[in-house]
Amino acid sequence: MKTGAKTLIEALQREGVDTIFGYPGGVVLPIYDELYDSSIRHILVRHEQAAAHAADGYARASGRVGVCLATSGPGACNLVTGIATAYMDSIPVVALTGQVPTGLLGNDAFQESDITGITMPVTKHNYLVKDAADLDRVVQEAFYIARTGRPGPVLIDLPKDVSTGQVLEGTPVPGTVSLRGYQPTYQGHVRQIDKALDLIAGAERPLVYAGGGVVLSEASAELLEFVETAAVPVTTTLMGLGAVPGDHPLNLGMLGMHGTQSANYAVTECDLLIAVGVRFDDRVTGKIETFAPNAAVIHIDIDPAEIGKNKKVDVPIVGDVKAVLQALLRRMQKRGDTANWVARTGAWKAQYPLRYRDDDRLRPQYVVEQLSDLLKGEGIVVSEVGQNQMWTALYYCFRKPRTWITSGGLGTMGYGFPAAIGAHYARPDMPVVDVAGDGSFQMNIQELGTVAQYQIPVKVVILNNMYLGMVRQWQELFYDRRYSYTELPPVDFVKIANAYRIEGITVEEKAGVREALETALATDGPFVLDFRVEREENVFPMVPAGAAINEMIGVRQP
Amino acid sequence: MKPHTVSVLVENRAGVLSRVAGMFSRRGFNIESLAVGPCEEPNMSRITIVVNGDDGVIEQVMKQTNKLIDVIKVSDLTERESVERELALIKVAAETGPSRAEILQIADIFRAQVVDVGSKTLVLQVTGDTEKIDALEKLLRQYGIKELVRTGKIALLRGAKTVKSSK
Repeated sequence: MKTGAKTLIEALQREGVDTIFGYPGGVVLPIYDELYDSSIRHILVRHEQAAAHAADGYARASGRVGVCLATSGPGACNLVTGIATAYMDSIPVVALTGQVPTGLLGNDAFQESDITGITMPVTKHNYLVKDAADLDRVVQEAFYIARTGRPGPVLIDLPKDVSTGQVLEGTPVPGTVSLRGYQPTYQGHVRQIDKALDLIAGAERPLVYAGGGVVLSEASAELLEFVETAAVPVTTTLMGLGAVPGDHPLNLGMLGMHGTQSANYAVTECDLLIAVGVRFDDRVTGKIETFAPNAAVIHIDIDPAEIGKNKKVDVPIVGDVKAVLQALLRRMQKRGDTANWVARTGAWKAQYPLRYRDDDRLRPQYVVEQLSDLLKGEGIVVSEVGQNQMWTALYYCFRKPRTWITSGGLGTMGYGFPAAIGAHYARPDMPVVDVAGDGSFQMNIQELGTVAQYQIPVKVVILNNMYLGMVRQWQELFYDRRYSYTELPPVDFVKIANAYRIEGITVEEKAGVREALETALATDGPFVLDFRVEREENVFPMVPAGAAINEMIGVRQP
Repeated sequence: MKPHTVSVLVENRAGVLSRVAGMFSRRGFNIESLAVGPCEEPNMSRITIVVNGDDGVIEQVMKQTNKLIDVIKVSDLTERESVERELALIKVAAETGPSRAEILQIADIFRAQVVDVGSKTLVLQVTGDTEKIDALEKLLRQYGIKELVRTGKIALLRGAKTVKSSK
C-alpha cells in the first residue's frame, strides 16, 4: 500500500512535472512530506497568488503545464487571481489545493472553502477528489485537459484524508484519457479551408490578425510562411507579440487600443481579415461595428465558441491554428495581387512610426528601447500591467514566440514579477526581465524574498513615475486631470531590495540608463533597477473607449 | 427573441448542474425553466433548459454549454419535431359547495387529476405544454391558488431520432 500523497507525486512525475510553486499549510502536510523526498523541485513563494502566477509564467515560457500547490481555505483562495489570469489567456496550469477531510466537507471547518465552487468560472475544469484510488486518473485527466484543445487551468482539490488514504501498490494507471464530453477538433474542415483560399486568392487588401493562439499552438513558423507566401501584411494582438518577428517588413505591429497607426488603419481598410488564434477582444476591436467594416472575415480558432462570439464571420475554421495553417499552405494554389496594398501599409509604417519626445529627460520609452537594444530578442521579457506593459509591447522588438509574457485578458497587476520567476525555471538559459510600474511591483513585492532565497536571476526594471500611471493617464484625458487616488508616494525600491540582500541601482538621468541595464544583466543573481521616469508621460497611440480603432489620439493625423 | 428548448446530456456527477447553471448565469443567458433528472443510461443525466434569446445568443448558449467537460451532447429541439411537457401541482381553495364542483369540472376538462382532497383545498396535478398549464392556472386563480409548483419543461424528439452521445 502507498499513501494518496505518494500516489499524487508519482502521478505528477509521470506527467513530467519538474517544478512546483507552492506554499505549505495544515492539510497539505502529507503532500509536503512526500515532496521532501521526491525529485520534484519545490519553490517556496511568499504568497499563494505568486505561486499561481509563477506556474503560469513557467507554462508560457516553456509551453508545458505549470503546477502550483496551496493549502485549503485562504491558501486556495489566494490562488484565484492567478488561476483567473491563466484562464483568460488560455494558459495550461494545474493548481493543486488541499482541502479539509471529506468528513468535514460542508461543515465550515477550519480553513475550509468550497474552492471547486469558487473556481468554476475561472477554470477549464476542476475536481474534488474523494477517493485516493481516483488520484491517478484525475491527475492524468487534469493535465490532458489543461494542455489540449484550448488550453486552460484545471484545479484539483485534495481532502486531507485522500492524501493520507491508502492506494494499492501496483494499481494499473489508465493508459489513455477518455472523456466522451471533451473531443477537441484539431484539423480544419477541408471545404472551409478551400473557401478561405478562394477569398485569399481574390482579396486585394487582405490582413492577418494574429493572436495568442499562434503562440499556444507553436505555429509561428507556419504563420510566417503563410504571410510571406500569400504576401499579406500582419498585425498581432498583445498576446501575439513575438509570433511574427517584430522587425519583419510585413509586420505592422500591434493593433487595438494602443495599436500602431499602420495596424489600425490597415484593419479599417482591409477587404479580407484573416483572424488567427484571436478572440476579437474589446481592447482590440474598439467599437465592434466599425472594426474591419469592409472586410470578409476568416476566423481560425480551436474553440468553436469564440467564432462568431463578437464579430460575424464569413468563413469559420474550427481547428488547431498550426494544423489549419499547414493545410492552407498545402492547398494554396494562387495568391491575391496584394502588391499595392503591401506598399500602402508599408508606407503607413514609414509615415507613422511610434514616437515620443526623445529629449534629455528620462523617459520610460527610452528605457524599454535600450533594453530591447541590449537583449536583441534573446531574453524573456515579462511585464506588469498598465503603462509599463504598453510601453514594453510597443517599444521592445519581440522576435520569437514565448519571449513575451504578460497578463492580457485579465490585466492582473502584480502578475509580472512572480511570472518572471516561473519563466526562469522554464528557461534557465535565458535572461528574464520583469518590466514593472511602481504600482504593480508593490502588488507582489514580497516575492523579493523568493528570488533572494533561491538567487533567481530575474531583473526587475521599474518604470517609476510615482503614479498608477495608466489610471492617471485616463484621469488626465477623460476626468479633467482630477487625479483621484492615483498618486503614490516615493519609495526607495533599492533599499527594499537591499533589505532582502538583493542589489539594485536607482537611475534618475537618461545618461545612466544603458550602464544600469548592462550592470543588471551582467549580474548573476536578482537585480532591481529603479528608473525615476518622467511622471506624466502617456502611452500613445490611444483609442478612447467606445471609439473606432482608426480614431486614435496622440498621433499625427493622416 | 423566443424561447428555445435545449436538451443537454451530461455526465451524472456531483456538481454538473451547478457547472451548467453557473455558466448560464455568468454569461447572462436567461433561463426560463430548467429540469433535470436521470436518463436511459445510468451514468448520464439529461437537463432540459428553456432559454430566451436571439439567434446569436442561442448559438453562444449551445457552444458555451458544449465546452463544459461534463457535457456530452447539446441539442436545440426548438426547430425540430418534439414532444414537450411539464407538470404542475396546484393547491386551490375549494370550500364545499358550488365552487368545489366547478373546480372539479375544470379539472376534468383539462384532464387534471385530483391528487389530494382537504376540507378547504384540492390539489390538482396537470401535465401538458406550458400554455395549457398557464390556462388552467389562470382559470383557477379566481378560486384562490394557495400554492403552486411547476417542474419546468422536459422534451424529447418525436420518432426514432434521439439526442445521444455521438462520441
